[in-house]
This record gives sequence, C-alpha cells and structure tokens, in this order.
Amino acid sequence: MNEIAPARIKTTYREAVRAAIRDALTADPKAFLMGEDVGHYGGCYAVSKGLLAEFGPERIRDTPLSESAFVGAGIGAALNGMRPIVEVMTVNFSLLALDQILNNAATLLHMSGGQFNVPLVIRMATGAGRQLAAQHSHSLEGWYAHIPGLKVLAPATIEDARGMLLGALKDPNPVLIFEHVMLYNMEGEIAADAGAVETGKAAIRRPGRDVTLITYGGSLAKAMAAAETLAKERIEAEVIDLRTLRPLDTATIIGSVARTRRAVVVDEGWKTGSLAAEVTATIMEQAFWELDAPVARVCSAEVPIPYPRHLEQAALPQPESIAAAARATLGR
Amino acid sequence: MGEFVMPSLGADMDAGTLTEWLKHPGDAIKRGDVIAVVETQKGAIEIEAFEEGVLDRPLVELGTKVPVGTPLAFIRTAGAPAPSPVPSEIKLPETPATKPVAPPIAVSVAPPAIGRRVSPAARKIAAEHGLSLEGLKGTGPGGAIISTDLPQAARAAEPRAAKKPGIDLGEMRKAIAAAMARSKREIPHYYLSHPIDLTTAQQWLADINAGREPPERILLAALLSKAVALALHAFPEMNGFYQDGAFRPSRPIHLGTAIAIRGGGLVAPAIRDADTLTLDGLMAALRDLVARTRAGRLRSSELFDPTITVSSLGERGVERLYGVIYPPQVAIIGFGTPAPLPRVVDGKVEPRLMMTATLAADHRVSDGHRGALFLLEIERRLQQPDTL
Repeated sequence: MNEIAPARIKTTYREAVRAAIRDALTADPKAFLMGEDVGHYGGCYAVSKGLLAEFGPERIRDTPLSESAFVGAGIGAALNGMRPIVEVMTVNFSLLALDQILNNAATLLHMSGGQFNVPLVIRMATGAGRQLAAQHSHSLEGWYAHIPGLKVLAPATIEDARGMLLGALKDPNPVLIFEHVMLYNMEGEIAADAGAVETGKAAIRRPGRDVTLITYGGSLAKAMAAAETLAKERIEAEVIDLRTLRPLDTATIIGSVARTRRAVVVDEGWKTGSLAAEVTATIMEQAFWELDAPVARVCSAEVPIPYPRHLEQAALPQPESIAAAARATLGR
Repeated sequence: MGEFVMPSLGADMDAGTLTEWLKHPGDAIKRGDVIAVVETQKGAIEIEAFEEGVLDRPLVELGTKVPVGTPLAFIRTAGAPAPSPVPSEIKLPETPATKPVAPPIAVSVAPPAIGRRVSPAARKIAAEHGLSLEGLKGTGPGGAIISTDLPQAARAAEPRAAKKPGIDLGEMRKAIAAAMARSKREIPHYYLSHPIDLTTAQQWLADINAGREPPERILLAALLSKAVALALHAFPEMNGFYQDGAFRPSRPIHLGTAIAIRGGGLVAPAIRDADTLTLDGLMAALRDLVARTRAGRLRSSELFDPTITVSSLGERGVERLYGVIYPPQVAIIGFGTPAPLPRVVDGKVEPRLMMTATLAADHRVSDGHRGALFLLEIERRLQQPDTL
C-alpha cells in the first residue's frame, strides 16, 4: 500500500513569518499588525510585504517613530480585547519601549491583582551579521528573558517561524518573539499545512552522546555546522535548540547533559550576565555530579558589535570556536 | 611506627573496602578508638585501633578494596619522630598588625599544587562502586580522570541507585555459605539436647520488670546469655578457637549473639566479656548490638571476637534448633522457643514453662559427657535467676 507523502512546499523564514501573520489576521478579526514601516514599505526586513494590500490600513498599521508610543498603544489595544502584533525593527530600538514592556506589559496582571491581562505579541529582529554596526546588531533577548511576566521565544527554524506566532497569539499574557536577522533569507521545505507549534519545550536538533551544544536562534545553524565538523572527528555532539528562552526547558537541558556529561552553551549575547550564564548555572545546580568537564560558553566578544565584516565575524560565535570549545570539554 | 592493617573480620573474609576515615592525620589514637569504616560482606564495620599513638598518614585511598593484612595507615607511636612536614604547605606572608589600613600588597602566592583532577561524574561513579582511582590515567580536560576512564564494568552498571553503606544481603549470603560449608566440612559436630524449666526464671523476670518501662525491661535472652557466660567458667573447652590443629581456649568470654537480619541473613557479633556484665549491662549491650546490626554498623572486634555463639529462637520459633558451629569456634548453644508444657514436679503434673536447650560442639575438643554437664550447668544457673 502506498502512503501519500504530505505535501511539502519550498519557502523561506521570512515568508513563513508572513504566512503566520496572514493566518493570524485571517483567523481572528481582532488581530492586527503595527510598527514602523510595516505597511507601505513592507517592513524593514520585508516580512509584511504585500499584507497592506491584502488586509488594509486598519489592520496593517504604520506607526510614528516612537517605540514607546506604539508599544504602549499595543498594550492598550490588548487590554481592550484586541490581539495586537507589534513589530519593533530591532531589539536595539526596543530599549525605547523598555518601560512599556517591563513596567506595563509584564507587570499589569500583577499590579491589577489578576484583573487585567495583556495578550500582546511583540516581534523584533535581533542579532548581528549584516554589518549594521553597533546600534543595530545586538542580541539583548537575554535581558528580556530576565523578566517575570514575559514569555520569550526564539524561532530558529522555518517551522518555528511559521508556528510560534500562532501559539503566542493564544497566550493571554505578553509574548516576545526574537527573529534573528540572518535567518530571514533561510530557505527550506516545510509541510504545506504547517501551523501552530508547541512552545515551552526545547528541541534536540541533532542527537549525540559526547557533548551537548546548547543554543537558540541565529546560533543554531552555527552549532549544527560545528556538530558536523566534530562528527568527522568522531565526536558526536548533541545540539539543543532552546526555542523558548523564558521559561527555560530545564528538563531537556539537564537530561541531555546527564547523558553526555559535557555542555557548551552558545549565545550571541555578551558572556557577562548572559542567558548562557543562566543555562550554565542551571547545569551546575542540577547536573553537577553528572559532569566530566567544566561547562563551556561561546558568546560574543565583550565589545560593541563592530561594523567591518571581518571584525564583526570575529566578535561572534562561529562554528570553529564552538567546535574548539566542544573539543576542550573532551580534553582534546 | 605501627601499621594499622585491614583486619580479618571472619574466617572467610579475604578483602575489605575502606569507605570512611573517622580519624585524621595528626589525631591522637587510643587503643579501642574507632579509626575507619570498612565495607565487608557483613556490612559496614567500624575498625578499631590496637595501638596508642598518632595517626600519621593514610596509605590507602577511600573506596579501595584491599586484601586482609594490607596496611591502611601508619600509627606513630610515642617517641617516634614526626615526619617532615608536607612540602606543598604554603606560608602566606604575615601582614604587620600595626598597619591595618595599609593598601593591599600585591603578593604573588603560588596556587596550591592542584592534586589529581577527577570530574564530578567520575567521583560519583567511583564512590558508588567503591572503585579506586589509583593508577587510572585521566583523559579529560587537563588530564582529569573522567567517567570513561573508570573500568568498563562500573560504567556499564550505571545508572543505578547509589549504594548505601550497610549490609549487602547478597554478599552476606556468600559469607554465610562459605563459613557454614567450612564448618560442616571440617568440624565433627556432636549434638545434645536438654529441656529446661524456665517457670522460676520467667516469674523472677516478671517481678523485676513489673516496675520498669519497656526500654528498661530485661528480656529472657539476657538471662539466658548470662547463664551461658557464667556456666562457661567451669567448661573452658567450650570457649575458644580451634586453629592450626589445636584448641586455644579463651580466658575472656565473648558471647557471639546470633541476630537475624530483616530480609534474610544473619550475623553473630560479640557481647564482650559477657560474664562480667550485670544483667542490665548485658541487656543494654544486646539492644545496642541489635540496633547497630540492623543499621549495618558493627565494630570489627565484635565480629572476630566471639569465643562461642548463642542462638535464641525467641518467642516466635520452634521447639529446638541444631546449631552449626561458626569456625574457628568450638561450640554453639541453641535455645528453642519456651512453651507451657505438662511436667511432673514433686510427683504431680503441673503446667511449666519449658525450653529446649541444645549444644553443638566440636568433637575434636570436647566429648558428649562434658557437653552434657555444660548444659546441666546452664540449667542449674537458670533455676537461680537472682544469682545471674
């Protein structure tokens, strides 16, 4: 008997995000997208290109250049029953809206004694690699992962780009989605009927038994490349994609490290006070007696991300530095 | 300089695993001090010192299984010179106390020489399996010993529940098998049996215990043990060891007391100098032994000291038991479960509390006639409980 293979389509990360927004707006009349240049310009990373014509200016709204104002407007809309998707051009600019995100979105449920929840989704680009220099290239998602009251997602694959937004819109509380700028052009195949995916769980993207590479977002592909290199040296690296940065899926991390006894945490944020530090500390707390080597971290150099291409690349985690750290945990 | 060696804790023990030091280098040691804990087939045993002095340095790493007789540590006896100080000791320069606010001086202090590095995982597995790290080559970062440097067998066995110190019933069964097989192979047993009237003793105990709280009460087992201990004064051929083709009587009377372990197995640790203890003292010793046996924490001397063994079935047993002598001892007394039975006393049938006592003894050392007299002496003493 022949099985009918599910239809698969070729797409990109960018198109997957766009398809998710289209799904969301189609499914729920209360959902809308707003942000700088999301309408007529089609989004600074062209994610929302074409959506204005499709849904009209009421639901694809260009905003003034004030992150504080339009994130605040999104919070207000959410409080009044809408399902806003707010796009912030890059995480660097989100700092202008940090007060709205931390003091209002993340806190109102608590401050109102549970009376007012904020079903807001904020999407923003993060990360370096496009030579956009120090004011447009940082990875600050670890800061947001510090804040109780927020969920922080980092889709690293096309499936997750396609599916995480839909799950986030169902959440009664604020969810931040970080899309790494280097992922938008990523091409791949997904099921034609791909839809919402489970969040809150990390994914083992490659099984292995010798060392666990723990990463997320834009560093996942680098960790996978490192694992490929290591495999040629007969080192079987397991690669964990955290997917959700808050709350962390500790069980998957600890389960893997307990098997491999070694961990390398890869994080494009700066090492000091990083998400990688949080993951490392969690391993120390919960898997110390399983370890055969100190936990290693591969993070960005502690400098503003440089503009020149060679310096920018030198400042970031790379497959070579990840592989070297993995080898070191094996005493090689 | 004396050596503190892995003792033999039974006729068939050939090795033990050092699991814990209770004294540390530099500690003063008195004879009888518990120095270390050794894991054996009989559980975790506390090992005592037989020399006075100062514990010098350990010679065996924790977790190492070594043959009986292996020196575990040196004990520096009085007058012996102290060894030269450990060379890696680092003396920090003293800061003059008169200048407490002086700016910190950049002093380059060499870090203490790092000992062998062992990963947390390797430490855990080695401890669980009682493995020695001695002689292992480390292949981890910086030459650290890691889990995969341990013998394959240990890693294959994981994951498993951490082994708690205490009694390994499987090992204990092996030890019992070896000792009992040797006994039946080597010792020509003869057996005697005699009914003993305990009515008087039981009444006397009831009177004594009437005013006592349960923890202070004296149980029949203590009375029986004391009677055996005192009876042995007149029967030295029952008390001692048959070794190297000859019997060596023992002046001290250390009563091996058979204690059943829940879940199976038994041990017979000694109540030392049982003949010199008061009934209360003997009862306390008995309670203590039972508690520590069940906790798997006996002392070395208690295991190799018994000069004779007493096995009481207690209240939930049968009429009589035929003991198997624990080599190299030469006798074992068995007490069955007391039960009310009709008995002729002064020409009349009366209900009396009766118990059957048995003796299994080594025919190489004694004969049935002496054995019978020994049982009668025990009976005689039990009729005068106030003298026990």
